[in-house]
Amino acid sequence: MAFESLASKLQETFKKLRSKGKLTEKDVKEAMKDVKIALLEADVNYKVVKDFINKVNEKAVGQEVLESLTPGQQVIKIVHNELVELMGKTNTHINFASKPPTVIMFVGLQGSGKTTTCGKLAANIKKQGKRPLLVAADVYRPAAIKQLQVLGQNLDVPVFTMGNNINPVDICKNSINEAGRIGSDVIIIDTAGRLHIDDEMMNELKEIKEAVKPHEVLLVVDAMTGQDAVNVAQNFNEQIGIDGLILTKLDGDTRGGAALSIRAVTGKPIKFVGTGEKMDALEPFHPDRLASRILGM
Amino acid sequence: RFNKELNSEFYEELEEILILSDVGVDTTQKIIEQLKKDIRLRGIKTSDECKQLLKEILIQFLIENQDEFVITSPTVITVVGVNGVGKTTTIAKLASKYKAAGKKIILAAGDTFRAAATEQLEIWGQRLNVDVIKHKEGSDPSAVIFDAINASKARGADILICDTAGRLHTKTNLMNELSKIKKVIDREYVDAQKEVFLVLDATTGQNALQQVKIFREATDITGIVLTKLDGTAKGGIVVAIKSEFKFPIRYIGIGEQADDLQEFNAQDFVNALLDF
Ligand SMILES: Nc1nc2c(ncn2[C@@H]2O[C@H](COP(=O)(O)OP(=O)(O)OP(=O)(O)O)[C@@H](O)[C@H]2O)c(=O)[nH]1
Ligand SMILES: Nc1nc2c(ncn2[C@@H]2O[C@H](COP(=O)(O)OP(=O)(O)OP(=O)(O)O)[C@@H](O)[C@H]2O)c(=O)[nH]1
Ligand SMILES: [K+]
Ligand SMILES: [Mg+2]
Ligand SMILES: [Mg+2]
Repeated sequence: MAFESLASKLQETFKKLRSKGKLTEKDVKEAMKDVKIALLEADVNYKVVKDFINKVNEKAVGQEVLESLTPGQQVIKIVHNELVELMGKTNTHINFASKPPTVIMFVGLQGSGKTTTCGKLAANIKKQGKRPLLVAADVYRPAAIKQLQVLGQNLDVPVFTMGNNINPVDICKNSINEAGRIGSDVIIIDTAGRLHIDDEMMNELKEIKEAVKPHEVLLVVDAMTGQDAVNVAQNFNEQIGIDGLILTKLDGDTRGGAALSIRAVTGKPIKFVGTGEKMDALEPFHPDRLASRILGM
Repeated sequence: RFNKELNSEFYEELEEILILSDVGVDTTQKIIEQLKKDIRLRGIKTSDECKQLLKEILIQFLIENQDEFVITSPTVITVVGVNGVGKTTTIAKLASKYKAAGKKIILAAGDTFRAAATEQLEIWGQRLNVDVIKHKEGSDPSAVIFDAINASKARGADILICDTAGRLHTKTNLMNELSKIKKVIDREYVDAQKEVFLVLDATTGQNALQQVKIFREATDITGIVLTKLDGTAKGGIVVAIKSEFKFPIRYIGIGEQADDLQEFNAQDFVNALLDF
């Protein structure tokens, strides 16, 4: 099913059903199969889709839909509203500490966009008149420190590093002193990418968290992620505890259904979305836009 | 975990397994239909036999066009893909593998865009003791490739492996850059075997199909590398890709180290995907 065609597909389905005479509850349920396929094609998790469809079914079989001249549109409207509801209210603010420095820690799978997004958030926060400090706590990936340093240099934001022969927990601890020394009020920690099933690496995050007591732990998720997104998010949330999500690479043509799954299993707000590789490509999250995108509208 | 009988609930469970592995709705339906047909033909009655049959069907999908990968000397391998899928790391793994097989390797730092991309490849080059040809950040990637081809000829390299910047397939100008790189290779390295590996991240969902579709237009993909199979993602999207595009799947990535690369094996892949 092509993306833009859910609306017309539904209209088509209902037209066929209507030709039998009056629309029934069963007819709406039949049409919900189209919705189910659309959500699955958008990468919303299978189980999340199932729950969602069951919930929406009840609302969609109301008289309003059955007697409407455009039942397809009505169903889409209901589905859209429910998706927006599920994705939660707009909440794109960072919880700044009443007593600086605010500590923000980025976590996520390999290649999700953490380092780049650290830079973007530093740029964003600097614009608000604050003085961010970037902390290079990825001692594993080749040239990860250099990557952050280049971004910091371009943004004119200081980068704290102790090289890659020091334990990341110690690097993070020391960054607090450094922030005090140079007068930074926001500490942004870039951690190494890791798998949610890598116990040793997950323990490292727990230790960093314990050591620096961050005000925000942000999980960075690639918007192209498929069904596995729920496992990743659930694991990071249960093991580390996250405060919010950042969805990257939304500048492509992915429909981003993974966001819905993650939101459904963690209940944590999506705070920002990444829409490019440049440092200004960070935008506040709009639930309604993502709902439309997931439905291919 | 299965019902005794082959009823609709049973098929729904299979559907769930396939979709949860990112096989996608269309391909899942195609597979289930094929399964039902074969069950009738063979008179299969038990769910165990049925599971076995499902494996066979998936393997059939995956072994199509999986000719043996032979490298002649000289060969140029260009590695392409969207952002962060594991291109640069895969290059290090390939270099390590081919070097161990006695080949002389040169790497081209064709990602002149991302911060410290060149340094990342250089560190791998040092670790593996392999030459890396590079330019300054922001320079024309085709020029790097051009120089790397000349270096390969001069130094008698067997295999030149070219890194490229991550790019979303929807960015036309960046995709044109890939076509330009291809032109330089075709023109400057006439006698070389040309390979283009598209790297896909196993965590990726249905968008991977779109990636293949559009990368294929910008360059001549000759193989696929599926990375990050060491996580919990199954990489089922390659089943859909295989059924639509037939590109051989060359390697899988199973970690971040130089030796975390394996040749793709359909049987192992299906066993991991179905987990029964
Ligand atoms: N198009 C696009 N690319 C992005 C976005 N965010 C990050 N990237 C790119 O994604 C790739 C990976 O980004 P990184 O910031 O290195 O990811 P990471 O999570 O730090 O990676 P590791 O440290 O290896 O785990 C790079 O090529 C980035 O330029 C985005 O919003 N859009
Ligand atoms: N777990 C795991 N991580 C991998 C694998 N392959 C690569 N990575 C990691 O994924 C991250 C991104 O890898 P890169 O090789 O930098 O990816 P890339 O495609 O070159 O990224 P860009 O050049 O920014 O587009 C790094 O942290 C790698 O260590 C793999 O097979 N398994
Ligand atoms: K990724
Ligand atoms: Mg990083
Ligand atoms: Mg790279």
